[in-house]
Amino acid sequence: MSAGTPPLSAPPPKPQVRALNCPKCGAGITLRAFGQAETVVCESCRCILDAKDPNLAILQQFEIKTSDVQPLIPLGTRGKLRGTDYEVIGFERRHSTLEGITYPWHEYVLFNPYKGFRYLSEYNGHWNDISICKELPMVGGGMLSGTSASPNYLGEVYAHFQTSDANTDFVLGEFPWQVRVGERAVVTDYVHPPRVLSSEKMDKEVTWSVGEYMYGREIWDTFKLPGSAPEAEGVYENQPSPVTTNVKGIWAIFILFAILLAGLMMGFDFTARKEQVFEQTYHWERATALGESSFVTDVFELKGGPSTVQVKSWAPVSNEWLYLNYALINQDTGRAWDFGREISYYSGYDSDGSWSEGSRNDTVVIPSVPSGHYYLRIEPEVDPAVRAISYSVQLTRDVPVFGIYGIAVVALLLPPLLISFRWYTFERSRWSESDHPPMQISGLNVNSEDDD
Amino acid sequence: MTQPAANCPNCGAKIVFRWSSSVQTVCEYCKSILVRTDVDLKKVGQVADLPPDGSPIQLNTEGLYRGKSFVVVGRIVYEYDQGAWNEWHAMMNDGTSAWLSDAQQEYAVSFPSKGPHLPASTNIDVGQQFTWDGQRYTVSVITPAHYRGVEGELPFQYWDKTDVTFIDLRSETGKFATLDYSDPEPALYLGEFVEFEQLKLKNLRSFEGW
Repeated sequence: MSAGTPPLSAPPPKPQVRALNCPKCGAGITLRAFGQAETVVCESCRCILDAKDPNLAILQQFEIKTSDVQPLIPLGTRGKLRGTDYEVIGFERRHSTLEGITYPWHEYVLFNPYKGFRYLSEYNGHWNDISICKELPMVGGGMLSGTSASPNYLGEVYAHFQTSDANTDFVLGEFPWQVRVGERAVVTDYVHPPRVLSSEKMDKEVTWSVGEYMYGREIWDTFKLPGSAPEAEGVYENQPSPVTTNVKGIWAIFILFAILLAGLMMGFDFTARKEQVFEQTYHWERATALGESSFVTDVFELKGGPSTVQVKSWAPVSNEWLYLNYALINQDTGRAWDFGREISYYSGYDSDGSWSEGSRNDTVVIPSVPSGHYYLRIEPEVDPAVRAISYSVQLTRDVPVFGIYGIAVVALLLPPLLISFRWYTFERSRWSESDHPPMQISGLNVNSEDDD
Repeated sequence: MTQPAANCPNCGAKIVFRWSSSVQTVCEYCKSILVRTDVDLKKVGQVADLPPDGSPIQLNTEGLYRGKSFVVVGRIVYEYDQGAWNEWHAMMNDGTSAWLSDAQQEYAVSFPSKGPHLPASTNIDVGQQFTWDGQRYTVSVITPAHYRGVEGELPFQYWDKTDVTFIDLRSETGKFATLDYSDPEPALYLGEFVEFEQLKLKNLRSFEGW
């Protein structure tokens, strides 16, 4: 201090925790907020007292039927929250009633003489760390517009979750506002997990606050509470999803891989020679095909390295079948590839209209056939109803095979599908508690409301 | 900086002005409200004892706002139906005066500003919007308050007020505005909410147990 600083008459007394007595029942009242509190509630007789009045004038007295409303964090407990020490100075129970069911929750007033007030809320084991918004959320059409707008707060868009009446039915300790039992506010929650943005409307005044989800164990650690935190029940409105993977991101990766695969396939298709090595049409007649019906084809040459060989069969079957027993035989080594192909095509009309089954074409690919001189042995078996039929056989060398890519796509598809499913089921339970429940697939409980 | 000195016309104690533009001060000893005239100090009133106060700020608290240091030289105490708050008069190191309010330990720094066509308090509703200096503000609360007391140096005479209406406005960017209807002509203050740590306050009060 410079020499010119005027002397202070006397340093102001250090603010102290004041100890007073309840004017109603005489029980000790501790004031912890250094005059910042408006009302204080006697812990023994539940009188709501004027904390500003040196005589603690009685403002309201309320009766409660149950004595089991006990704060989980006792008043006076201190803990370090986001780097600042806070003391629990007040506790209230509020409830809202929806469709005849009462949902109670608890709120705690936290105080630090330098940093001011902060709040905790608890519902069925789900906690939120709440502070008053310094910035006004941006709501389309003004801050007091309808409940279904999606406010933007600090660059994040929040989705409307629920609007309900919050009724205070039990209070304890100190509050920075004139609290009363029976006091009622319209609370609208908007969520952007793990945060929740709430507007609380009382008379004309609207207070915006922002909460961040906390797990019970974090609260227990913060306030060094004995035992362990009660299990959280169900999914809470702003509870972070256990699916931490970015669902959109994983789909983007999947699409990227799929495009890569498609590119690879196109590349292989482009570089494959697709060289036709054999083509022949045969005629079969029952009258002449007695006994042994197998025959061999002319010899053809497969050039180049080992490659795929595609065998394409075609027959103009109609409500008939043709079965071709094939053997691709290497003339030089005698090695044979045996396989059978069925060609069948059925069609007709029924009550649903026309139908068809099967195909007149059949294609099969034999992998890695070495070069050399080959011929086919063919043994047709024909539907007894057929008297005569023509069929053709075509061999193409070095064709691209795409089956493996199909398997790759399915394998790649599995993780995003599983993650999306888990994400979806979690979000579904979250939103089933909101004003905008998802439609029930079973059709048993369709009560979705308009999102207007 | 020159620090004009004078004596209290009531008790004779030395009165030092830390801020050359101070119009009013309160004698530390006898709590007389003193107004500067061209020649000397004139006693215009007496401050009743201020109510016990939970603010960590006090006279001589120093801090930093936007790179400028400031010292708290005075305050006005207001009461409203939900409690009391202080408007601390801060002297910035560039000679301007600012106001640091501490309602419920929500700290806001504001400066006197000019706005065209300031509305009458009776014509304002919560939710209404105004634009000053290119910034849109929304009326968040209308507070009928009353003057409770003063301490230290103020840039204007302020000692005979009773009921005052304040209209607080917030923005989507943390900016803050107050319309002060203490005088027939409304006064506009523009500023912003600040975090306690941001102000790097020194010479704070200490609280027992904290």
